Amino acid sequence: MAHWGRGAALAVPLLLGAAVGALMPSEAAAQVTATMDGANTAWILTATALVLFMTLPGLALFYGGLVRAKNILSVLMHCFSIACLASVLWLVVVYSLAFSDGGPANQWIGGLGKAFLAGVGPDALIGDIPESVFFMFQMTFAVITPALVVGAYPERIKFLPVLMFSGLWLIFVYAPVAHWIWGGGWLAGLGVMDFAGGLVVHATAGISAIVLAKMLGSRRGFPNELRPPHSPALTMIGAAMLWVGWYGFNAGSALAANGSAGMAMVVTHISAATASLTWMTIEWIKFGKPSLVGIVTGMVAGLATITPASGFVGPAGALVYGVLAGMVCYWAVGAIKHKLKIDDSLDVFAVHGVGGVLGILLVSFFALPALGGLGLAAGMTAGKQFGVQLLGTVAVVVWSAVFSVVIIKVVMAIAGLRASEEAETEGLDLSEHGEREYNF
Amino acid sequence: MKMVMAIIKPFKLDEVREALGAIGVEGLTVSEVKGYGRQKGQTEIYRGAEYAVSFVPKVKLEIAVDDGLTERVVETIRETANSDKIGDGKIFVMDLGAAVRIRTGETGASAL
Repeated sequence: MAHWGRGAALAVPLLLGAAVGALMPSEAAAQVTATMDGANTAWILTATALVLFMTLPGLALFYGGLVRAKNILSVLMHCFSIACLASVLWLVVVYSLAFSDGGPANQWIGGLGKAFLAGVGPDALIGDIPESVFFMFQMTFAVITPALVVGAYPERIKFLPVLMFSGLWLIFVYAPVAHWIWGGGWLAGLGVMDFAGGLVVHATAGISAIVLAKMLGSRRGFPNELRPPHSPALTMIGAAMLWVGWYGFNAGSALAANGSAGMAMVVTHISAATASLTWMTIEWIKFGKPSLVGIVTGMVAGLATITPASGFVGPAGALVYGVLAGMVCYWAVGAIKHKLKIDDSLDVFAVHGVGGVLGILLVSFFALPALGGLGLAAGMTAGKQFGVQLLGTVAVVVWSAVFSVVIIKVVMAIAGLRASEEAETEGLDLSEHGEREYNF
Repeated sequence: MKMVMAIIKPFKLDEVREALGAIGVEGLTVSEVKGYGRQKGQTEIYRGAEYAVSFVPKVKLEIAVDDGLTERVVETIRETANSDKIGDGKIFVMDLGAAVRIRTGETGASAL
């Protein structure tokens, strides 16, 4: 189980066959007589609530504080409405595409057999937890992933295209990638290690974010005439909620209340703390002042980076993950904004995309027992695993980028993307939503 | 009568108020304002990116004083609000045409 993360529970019923049985004899045997485990179920119910809390209100506040006062409501609205839309689509079709058996196409995509949760009653199990709980837990990941992309386009996008992009993106990017890696698809078959979503969540969101930011264009005044974030305090509050919620995200991805979940929580926490200190120190040395926005950004980088590795590396590995996350993501923020001059406004690609991929690639080495990790799958070497991780990364990056471009073109043709100059200057809160946050 | 308007650094407000009280100023009005002078604002750094903040927060004092006190008020503000650093602010003095105390209807210097 530990070698496969949460794909394992599902891979067994889907891929039930000699190959899987040989790799994981104990799990395969357990499946035959699976009964519901109350302890595991209780933890995943809890973890589900924690992960939803990451988006509502954690991520919403984190992003909301970073924009100007005239746009905070639009950002909160983006996160909230995406959460609702993703939930409905998850029930209608996306869960089925990601996690049901796709028959002959199962390597690539799931089927429609579980659309509207057809045939899934209270007694249905995934592994040893109820399928309804598994459905809800996975749903909270499908909620936060398109919500992460909100950071790419705030302060200048119209509202309708946000909904259209997010909905289509869930179907055409999130569902297939989740299926490849966690739903028993081809990358799961190759043995890609992505415990809690370095590729499925952070790489997909990061790549699509930078594509969308580029196609949408920069905010007026970028990069030299922009106003600073209007409420670093809200950003810190949101970031702190993300940290707490991330316990559910990573430790919940063990899909069990066990030692794997416990260790995932340990390394998650240590990576977050270390990356925060790293980012703070870089700013302190470079600019003479350690900033609050900086330290909490380092925290998110540390969490995104440890996410794919959280069930595989040890505490010492987590320290290294934290330091590298802080340094590499800090560098990436500057490179995207100042060298590429792309207004990925709240640094979704630099923090989530770069962090997620960094964590995916490093896990090949830091999972080794020699480096304090919990070991690779039987028959795997670090080099071979690295090849698999790299292949997975390239596949996910290319798929996310290509389909994002297609989706954005479609949305542009139907609804347009960009708010008018007047609306942008007035602020999206009033121009798009008819409300304002601060009435003095 | 004169109207003395002083734009000063916010952290100097208490010190200036006490000093003005000591020389007999009976009241003043304070507003939080923003602006720029020769300094042309300042920069703030978030996530390694510099943001130009073109208007810097200041405090504006408005003090209506009798002619005889004007010079001392100006001198007191200049001394106490001075930190010897850029951005210490400005003092403006204007003629004041009339003053009325609303409660009693007193006018002129006795209304101050």
